[in-house]
Amino acid sequence: MNDETEPSVAPPQEADAAALSSGRRRLLKAAAATVGTALAGVPIAGFPQIMKRDFQGITLRHIGVSYAVQREIGEQASKDLGFKIEMQNLDTSASITRFVTQPSSVDIADMEGWQVKVAMARGLLQGIDSKKILEFDGILPIFTTGVYEGRKISRQGISPYEVMYTDGPEAKKIVEGQQQWLTFLPQVFNADSLGYRPDKVGREVSEWKDLIDPKFSGRAAILDIPNIGIMDAAQALESRGDLVYGNKGNMTRKEIDTTIDALIALKKKGHFRASWSTFEQSVELMASGEVFIQSMWSPAVTAVLEKGIPCVYAPVGIKPNGKEGYRGWCNGMSLMKHLSGKKLEAAYEYLNWYYSGWQGAYVARHGYYSPVPRTAKLQMTSAEFEYWYMGKPAAEIIKSDHGQPIGAVGSVRDGGSLAQRFSNIACWNTVMDENQYMVQRWNEFKAA
Amino acid sequence: MLARYKPYLQLAPLTAVLLLFVAAPLVLVVVVSFFRSDGFDTIPAFTFENYHAILSSGLTASLYLKMIKYAAMTWAASLVIGFFVAYFLVFHVRNRNLAIGLFLVCTVPFWTSNVIRMISWMPVLAEQGVVNSALLKLGLIRVPLRILLFSDFSVVLAYVHLFTIFMIVPIFNSMSRIDRNLFEAALDAGASRLDTLRLVVLPLTKSGIVMGSIFVVTLVMGDFYVVKVMSGGGSASVVSAMYDNVSTLLFPPAAASAVILLLILTVLIAILTRFVDVRQELVQQP
Repeated sequence: MNDETEPSVAPPQEADAAALSSGRRRLLKAAAATVGTALAGVPIAGFPQIMKRDFQGITLRHIGVSYAVQREIGEQASKDLGFKIEMQNLDTSASITRFVTQPSSVDIADMEGWQVKVAMARGLLQGIDSKKILEFDGILPIFTTGVYEGRKISRQGISPYEVMYTDGPEAKKIVEGQQQWLTFLPQVFNADSLGYRPDKVGREVSEWKDLIDPKFSGRAAILDIPNIGIMDAAQALESRGDLVYGNKGNMTRKEIDTTIDALIALKKKGHFRASWSTFEQSVELMASGEVFIQSMWSPAVTAVLEKGIPCVYAPVGIKPNGKEGYRGWCNGMSLMKHLSGKKLEAAYEYLNWYYSGWQGAYVARHGYYSPVPRTAKLQMTSAEFEYWYMGKPAAEIIKSDHGQPIGAVGSVRDGGSLAQRFSNIACWNTVMDENQYMVQRWNEFKAA
Repeated sequence: MLARYKPYLQLAPLTAVLLLFVAAPLVLVVVVSFFRSDGFDTIPAFTFENYHAILSSGLTASLYLKMIKYAAMTWAASLVIGFFVAYFLVFHVRNRNLAIGLFLVCTVPFWTSNVIRMISWMPVLAEQGVVNSALLKLGLIRVPLRILLFSDFSVVLAYVHLFTIFMIVPIFNSMSRIDRNLFEAALDAGASRLDTLRLVVLPLTKSGIVMGSIFVVTLVMGDFYVVKVMSGGGSASVVSAMYDNVSTLLFPPAAASAVILLLILTVLIAILTRFVDVRQELVQQP
């Protein structure tokens, strides 16, 4: 295997403190190997039998956004673990509101980095003991050390690394640099970019400025979640050369003004056909042909492809002049403060199940990534793994999770391998210090 | 002795419900509207900052203007449609049972959810939708009309579709109570049909019109979802701005904005009810 693009990093530390840990891991691997890659999706029979007795009657409520907290994953986990996982979806804002206002109605909160910052400020979480996470050493260093492919990851916006560690089990404050205790356990992540219709655009798009190119006037759409929509706008303006931001993830008032004024000017010229705030809306806009180019999420591109309509996820890797780059995000699971005893133990079992591979394979087929590719690999065919994680040409027809063919033999995933995407992150999803001002100005753009 | 307290006892359950579910949350909203927020947390305080920010912002004015424009257009369209639908049902359908049957038919679309009724406009209005394909086929237009969807037009269209029933019902109710003998009297006095409509029916349905107007206007002013979907996110409303605040946990500014909207609507309704005695309208006349 080519070391350069191999995403799994740290060699498995067999001398791990907990003997149980490596023993379990070996068992996992053995089990997965015997089941075989052909039966990917039928994971690890055997080991949950013991738990089935221990955790009878326990229900864990895992709450978060629909693209991170997926019903199918919860059903599989319940089946494997022998206790009930209840998945509940709310949109980004409703979920953080729920965590803040009704913390005891949530067991496992699914959050992005910036939401962790909010939750920690309000003391909603307890620390996760990384020693109890069996695959902790398998987590990509993007998260654990903040260095990836020899490059320090971007610190514009709120990177997962920056909010991942805390001082102890009470989780009093976020601590920078590696610690035993965690605020959240990364579970799914990706890089967002532009999506476009190659049949309508007629050329390759690899720069953010194409989003605001007058050529696509009336055919462009932008993401209408203020926190991240403004970053997409900033990427486009920086790419066009309007200005250089100090930190796109934490703009000054002046930078916010410049950005919004430019957006309003574009809107007045009829540049934006629409703006979208849910996954489905973005798919509809693209598939119906109302829009040719827009902010887009990778699985939304997959969903358009599934309808048999051409759509490309623009490879906006960082250029030699330092411009461009993807906007990264990562959702992780946090343990709410009230968890204790058996329920807490069950929660740890669940966290470990997440890293055991089934989920990593599942989300990969949607175009996302698991922070622990080495276990996901065991649950995928080698052609699938090479295609989704390594960015290699498809050795067989690549099918979506619904069985629809979405990649012909020889086709390559847009944006390349995991390593190519994630060494090219320009900024992370965020909440700014000037958030209140920004939301107000964003609404002026909406009302213009 | 017991008789004296009986009315109070009878009132108690409703009072308790109103206090618990209407008054208490409202008081909380008002209290929070004076709090401060630092982006991560809501801090108890007593500050007029939130109100000052909202009232001094050009955004507030433009949001209200936009919503008033939508409300006025929706009101006018739903009034015309509602009035004539009710008129037809009450005065032109001779069989009372048939009239009630047709009235119920008006409510059939409301057996599905709001969201579905709204979203089903999309394939109709889209660039390659039903209307555009039909017009293209007929040769009436050469390029698809893009104004049909994601525009003020589509927003108002959805409002009219969703809310006209709230105009029909009270007008239908008022019209049903008009004494038929008045028509004969008008006819005998030499009034034309138009005169009768203008001088007899219209004044007597005034109360229904006012009630319907209250429903329609408050529903439009309080909306954020229809605007969001039908304008393709291209337009904001007072409540969608509030929602954006809440989504990043800026509760105090959102609360202040809610209080202001509440005050404006209260004043509006107070003015509207000047024209009609709602209480009398609700009580069955002998």
